[in-house]
Amino acid sequence: MNTLKKYFKLSVDYEIALTHISTKKTQTFIAALAVAIGIAAFTFLNSLVLGFNRDSDETLFKSIPHIRLFVDDDLSMPLIKNDSNKYTAVITNPKITNSSKKLSNPQYLVNQIKSKDYVENAASWMNINLFYNNGVAQLNGSSSGVNIIEANALFDIQTTVVEGNINELLSTSNGIIIGVGIAENLNVRLNDNISVVSSMGVIKVMKVVGIFKTSNSFVDKTKSYMNLSSAQQLMAQGPDYLTDIYIKVKSPYDAPKYTEDLKLLSGYDAESWQIANESALSQSKTRTVMMRSISFIILLVAAFTIYNIINMTVKQKMHDIAILKAQGFGGPSVVKIFLSEALIIGFMGTIAGMILGAILVNILSKVYIGGENEYFPIQFEPTVMIASLIVGMTVTAIAGYFPARHAAKVDPITIFRS
Amino acid sequence: MATILKAENIIKYFTTPIKFKALDNISFEIQESEFVTIMGKSGCGKSTLLYILSTMDTDYEGKIYFDQQLITGLKQNDLAKLRNGSIGFIFQFHYLLPEFTALKNIMIPAMKLGSYSYEEIEHRAYEKLKLLGVEEQALKPASKLSGGQQQRIAIARALINDPKIIMCDEPTGNLDSKNTAIVLETFKQISKEFNQTIIAVTHDADFAKASDRTIEMADGKIISHGLKQ
Repeated sequence: MNTLKKYFKLSVDYEIALTHISTKKTQTFIAALAVAIGIAAFTFLNSLVLGFNRDSDETLFKSIPHIRLFVDDDLSMPLIKNDSNKYTAVITNPKITNSSKKLSNPQYLVNQIKSKDYVENAASWMNINLFYNNGVAQLNGSSSGVNIIEANALFDIQTTVVEGNINELLSTSNGIIIGVGIAENLNVRLNDNISVVSSMGVIKVMKVVGIFKTSNSFVDKTKSYMNLSSAQQLMAQGPDYLTDIYIKVKSPYDAPKYTEDLKLLSGYDAESWQIANESALSQSKTRTVMMRSISFIILLVAAFTIYNIINMTVKQKMHDIAILKAQGFGGPSVVKIFLSEALIIGFMGTIAGMILGAILVNILSKVYIGGENEYFPIQFEPTVMIASLIVGMTVTAIAGYFPARHAAKVDPITIFRS
Repeated sequence: MATILKAENIIKYFTTPIKFKALDNISFEIQESEFVTIMGKSGCGKSTLLYILSTMDTDYEGKIYFDQQLITGLKQNDLAKLRNGSIGFIFQFHYLLPEFTALKNIMIPAMKLGSYSYEEIEHRAYEKLKLLGVEEQALKPASKLSGGQQQRIAIARALINDPKIIMCDEPTGNLDSKNTAIVLETFKQISKEFNQTIIAVTHDADFAKASDRTIEMADGKIISHGLKQ
């Protein structure tokens, strides 16, 4: 306290401000409490939405890549372009051409992409539609032809595997990893054989080397992984046939920036996850806007409390303001006195609110909710803490400024004459 | 002896409730170390004049020179600095800050001025308290003192920055005869010993009689500049 006094005695304005708030402890406490509750709500709700959005994005990234490189469908064009009016225009219905969906020299392309410094990982990919058969039982589904090491680096498949091992795929050329739903419906177990039929009519007998379970039952009932070569055989294609390259970048939120570069590099189409999942994105935006509005309304109430208390102080201290102005305290000094009162209260409230918010976050992060995460997806967010501090101080500065300016405009003569 | 304050053709209008000429072409000079009282009936404009001289009221016509320097038209913040260093104020009511001790109340204008260190300001404040005979009250909260003590603290506060002029609006209006006598003695002492100028608006004829000169006013005009005693 002594060092504090030593510092504040440098400016008499601060000393007056400190004396005002220390002689009105109850009012100061109530105002600080209002700010603390507002900031705690702000910290808590923003941590909540940030954790929730990050969690939903992570869930999304378990099944889709940050960027997908593929050959887009071509539309047929008239063979003769009607550039001039000399010829009669030929009108044709645009149709999708049956040109090849093949990416040429895929391995070279994958290596090129991997060498980019913003790319964390890339994997050759081939999505095919097929039927799973076991005896008379038949299931419709889709399969990904992958290099399982690359695919695992992207989507962490191993963590979802409940039976078997993904590495079995490397040593079993006709191996397949199926969802738990498929296994149940076809009544197959690990190391059983099933036959699959592709849309090209190719039939292949495959050995179940792994069974996985995700949090999505639809995926579990339709999805499987197999070696690239198996997928290529099912599509009746050679070993250089590939439909997609899946890319994982270091900062997923910047993915749209990289798509142009990848298009130029490969000559194929690149699609970021944001484009591919607009609905997921709009949901997270809705959540963010909702939580921010709620927290700002709570902050507004806190700001109003600060405003009220400073305003009341100014009204009570008209005589003091008049004599201070007579003694040579200019308008800026008076503003400084009352604004620092607001800021001191605001600072105490903000710090208390941040601590309270952090405690709430900590409590909620220990609440068991089951599912994939097991615990509530919320954690201590340093960026939210910094934002709380900035928002808290800005709001109190604005709330304190108006009554402070009012105080600075007090005409001492009217006070002395009354 | 040098002129410390000079007013030239001061005209002041009040616009509410109706336009009304409160001060009508007032000119006068006040010398250094003079103890001047301004007398007149209620509403004659003496307080209005004092507030214009004090630089707090800037809405007037005419010119005011303080220490040979024109102060009419200066910016509010420059006027505030001028008041802080060169003008002391004493009012009928003490206007002490209730949360602060008597000592702190005296120190605040000096801390604002910032010409001395904290310790020096404290020392000077004690000297002023001794001058007014209230040094025992130094560490008491201003709100816990008697009326006479409060007014003496207020006078000590007006003196802390050694202002060239001390302006008073009914300084003894709320005081008993004993305290009035003390205030009067102090005023005489500071004008004679410290060469400070005192301008006091008063109703108290005895108080006026004790001053060097009494300016009498009526209906916004000066009717007598008073004789130097």
